[in-house]
Amino acid sequence: MRLALALVLVAACAHPPPPPPPARPVEAPPPEPAAAPIAIVHATIWTADAKNRRIENGTLILRDGRIAALGRDVAVPGDAQVIDAAGRNVTPGLIDAHSHLGVYPSPSADAHEDGNEATGPVTAEVNAEHGFWPQDPGLPRALAGGVTTLLVLPGSANLIGGRGFPVKNRPARSAAAMRFPGSRYVLKMACGENPKRVYGKKSGPQTRMGNIAHVRAAYAQAQDYARKWESWESKGKAKGEPPPGRDLKLETLAEVIRGKILVENHCYRADEMLLMLDVAAEFGFKIRAFHHAVEAYKIADVLAKRDVAVSTWADWWGFKLESYDGIQENLALVHAAGGRAVVHSDSPIGIQHLNQAAAQGLAVGRAMGLPLTEADALRWITINPAWATGVDGQTGSLEVGKMADVVIWSGSPFSVYAHPDKVLVDGHLAFDRQQGIRPSDFELGLGKHGLGQQ
Amino acid sequence: MIALLLVLAEVTVIEHARIDTGDGRRIDDGMVVIRGDVIAAVGVTTEVRDATRRIDARGRWVTPGLVDADALTGLVEVPLEKATVEVGLDPSYDAVRAAFSVLDGFNPRSVVIPVTRVEGVTSTVLTPQGGLVSGRGAAVQLLGDSVDEMLIRSPIGVWADASVGGRQASYGARGGILLRLREVIDDVRQYVRRKNDFERNQMRKVAASRLDLEALIPVIERKLPLVVEVHRATDIQALLRFAADEKLRLVLAGCEEGWMVAREIAEARVPVIVSALADLPRSFEALGARAENAALLAKAGVKIAISPRERGMATSRTLRLEAGNAVANGLPWVEALAAVTRNPAEIFELGRVGLLSPGKSADLVIWAGDPFEPLTRPEKVFIRGRDLPLVSRQTELRDRYRDLGRARPRP
Repeated sequence: MRLALALVLVAACAHPPPPPPPARPVEAPPPEPAAAPIAIVHATIWTADAKNRRIENGTLILRDGRIAALGRDVAVPGDAQVIDAAGRNVTPGLIDAHSHLGVYPSPSADAHEDGNEATGPVTAEVNAEHGFWPQDPGLPRALAGGVTTLLVLPGSANLIGGRGFPVKNRPARSAAAMRFPGSRYVLKMACGENPKRVYGKKSGPQTRMGNIAHVRAAYAQAQDYARKWESWESKGKAKGEPPPGRDLKLETLAEVIRGKILVENHCYRADEMLLMLDVAAEFGFKIRAFHHAVEAYKIADVLAKRDVAVSTWADWWGFKLESYDGIQENLALVHAAGGRAVVHSDSPIGIQHLNQAAAQGLAVGRAMGLPLTEADALRWITINPAWATGVDGQTGSLEVGKMADVVIWSGSPFSVYAHPDKVLVDGHLAFDRQQGIRPSDFELGLGKHGLGQQ
Repeated sequence: MIALLLVLAEVTVIEHARIDTGDGRRIDDGMVVIRGDVIAAVGVTTEVRDATRRIDARGRWVTPGLVDADALTGLVEVPLEKATVEVGLDPSYDAVRAAFSVLDGFNPRSVVIPVTRVEGVTSTVLTPQGGLVSGRGAAVQLLGDSVDEMLIRSPIGVWADASVGGRQASYGARGGILLRLREVIDDVRQYVRRKNDFERNQMRKVAASRLDLEALIPVIERKLPLVVEVHRATDIQALLRFAADEKLRLVLAGCEEGWMVAREIAEARVPVIVSALADLPRSFEALGARAENAALLAKAGVKIAISPRERGMATSRTLRLEAGNAVANGLPWVEALAAVTRNPAEIFELGRVGLLSPGKSADLVIWAGDPFEPLTRPEKVFIRGRDLPLVSRQTELRDRYRDLGRARPRP
């Protein structure tokens, strides 16, 4: 019975009705910037692409915001500004697949709690983009840590917390202008303890049973909603019938069922991840990545086979019971099983040191005898999070045609002592260590105007 | 008798290592001789006739076992499960709970201990939390099945909170913090002078319970430091004045704006415990936080200890990375090592740990390379001369699942 229903749905999804178009933002993402060409020469270039090469004494040409050429024997155009990176490492801009910058900004303050719409366990209608504060001082610090793209998500109080959106880490006046151009939205979902804790003494859910029931009920409604629109599109529209009323919550979930919105699922335990895969199968959607996923190593084979990314930390564990089985080898074991390992931060401090976290995961993996290279670990903080975020076609590796998002490191990117010397976003120099961090608006004038002795 | 025991004790020689002793000395091709549970010698590699075991540590780095100056090891099993959290009394108790001792709730069998130890952290300072005066801290070595085996010293200080947490416990104003601290310290002095009157109920009402006043006597006698969580520069200055007025020994913890008043801290000879990663204006009391804090404090002459300052998670095991980040932001390497070995031991007078030196407890780590680098792994961890198996609940989980899919047939 369920199978039959699923087949009907799959058929329905073949001709999805277009959702009502969102309004065009007043301040849209900037068009492809016309930056002067830049040539980074004599660099050790880590591509992080499918070939995952390390090019010694290489040249990287950036033009019109894109990577125009890279390799050992690449001519430097006459009009290019040359950056000599002799002895230095050049990697793709780093990507954090799990951040709350902008929605839980610094300083933490009651007025800044914009990441959890904890008024009900299913708030698919809300959007992190509408809570995002572009002046979070964490953003320029993340940039100084080499992060050029981050996935900003609602928190995990709710089973379905709302939409998240990928951010291009360059200063702008609005969330819309920082939104990764052409990217899809994602949907933040959460299992386990958090929704139980937040709603257990309110409306529920109170148990893991309740968690799953609430999620299934929401998607069952969304199926209905999608069918109504489908029916109107194919029949009612031509007859001049008015369209069904818009329901923003169900609209988002219907887009998930249609595969237009990627599901980012906060879930710690292995058994619970398997449950969520069953729920996803029941309603015909895919889970793009499990987040936190500290027990992914227990089901690394399944996750690899289903092509679900594992977005996790190098060493967070034990802060709650569902994270008690976290081990440092998680990333390495997911990788070794053929899965997509992703280092995420979930932290305004961690996002500044993603490279160190990748190094930690690499070191413990090697120590247990897994054949891992530094180039493998680099993918955990570049192309793999790009995939989890849905922007891997545009960024996350150094390939001709991709966005010119690049980090020039002072040393090995796997060393605690290395800093990004320069970070380029869309071919523009966005951070230069010699000039320091560009403070956000919030930071201007802080503690400076006492006009005392100094 | 003693000589006989020394003869019978196992003599382990770690030779040809690059040794950093913790007090600034570096020995290439160095040797550490362990007799029983103590270090017998540290120097350039030479022949040791009665060695019962030799470890060739060519290409390896050897340091003292790391000491975390601000940890909750064995006090917290799962932070979000309140029944497993033993860091302090709940808010229903008075804001002053100086008598509370972390040691009474310490669990020697916590799974956090091996998880921390296998990363090269061999001793931790256990810090009480909560209220205005949180209680008494202790220091332990991370080896043993009982408090007696593990204890280095207790109490080693009385902890207080002059940050936003202590403000909450002090009538909701920063002014309330020093108001209450002054009142309590004054009453401790009164209590010491008039114990008999107190016992006969012939004293005015005092600002803390008898046990709390008793616990603070070593503080007014300068036998124990008052360790205070504080961040804002002006609050630090106020505390320095308070400690000078009351002639207390002070240790500052957190101190995210410490660099702004580094000279004053140095002149007051007050040591500081800092995190090396706190660089965000995370709160209105830390708007000046910056990554160079540790380096700038040290440069001004402040004795610093570096710590991850674990709170909501067991992060003590990342101590070496914390030190590495301080180096990345300007702290000289040897000073960073001291900040996670010798300095915490000196600040809390731990005596036998924190240094590779004859007579000290044989707590040391052999590292595959620079201990501050994330790519480096600890290869051997010794506590009291024991070469510890590098196992924990986490390595057991790893080993259970490591051959997933390879050992079992695919479904």
